[in-house]
Amino acid sequence: MTSALDITQSVKPPRAVFLNFPLGHQTGRPDDPGIQRQIVRDAMRAFESISTPGEIVRLPYLWDPNDRAWETQDYTKGWMPGRPRREDADAAEAERVARYAK
Amino acid sequence: MPVAYIPRTRELYSDFAPYRWVVNESVPWTPLRKPIAQAKIALMSSGGIMYREQPRFHHEDASYRRIPKDAAREDLYVWHFGYPTADAEKDPNCVFPLERMRELEAARVIGELSDPAFSFMGGIYSARKVRDELAPHIVGELRRAHVDAFYLVPA
Repeated sequence: MTSALDITQSVKPPRAVFLNFPLGHQTGRPDDPGIQRQIVRDAMRAFESISTPGEIVRLPYLWDPNDRAWETQDYTKGWMPGRPRREDADAAEAERVARYAK
Repeated sequence: MPVAYIPRTRELYSDFAPYRWVVNESVPWTPLRKPIAQAKIALMSSGGIMYREQPRFHHEDASYRRIPKDAAREDLYVWHFGYPTADAEKDPNCVFPLERMRELEAARVIGELSDPAFSFMGGIYSARKVRDELAPHIVGELRRAHVDAFYLVPA
């Protein structure tokens, strides 16, 4: 899968499926199993349909017809939300590990 | 219009020397030897997914995680510094469509979903490290599992 067409064209994997979605959403919108199923089915189909090495199949789905702003804003300075404070991240991590301790 | 990530990366990291992207001239190619409906497929994601108490990733981390194919959503976690992870944390299928692949196996669209699935953390600047440290381990796993194809989802 790819949402970064220019990088993929440089790397040249044997087979690729391109989807114009924001980073972090390569196989669909959260809690939208319908679009996820569509994307993954298309990818499985591409295993068989791609016959030329390096071919990139382009999927037609739109992220959100009412939101195109991400296409200009993503991967520019300030686009990433702020990260949690170190101590909060470490506390969440300790809590996660403790949850599974026998 | 597809986003042009190469010029955008140069701009975003303008304080650093321009990143030297991998430029491949040839394309590796192995023909698919059987229909997808009979094939064993491995799922992998560079989105930084961990299962249960598996350790989180760190910068320049060439390690990977084995994720059981029947892992429950509430046992999947995300660590990645290179993309906004809130949606993947809410629904890991955004970058690691394990539930979707299980459905396709049940529906016989694919022959078999290989167990385990794999995840690593794609924020690794050194292409050499990926090629020499991470990739050979993944290839070893795929060979041991006798998979026919793998589905790589980046984040």
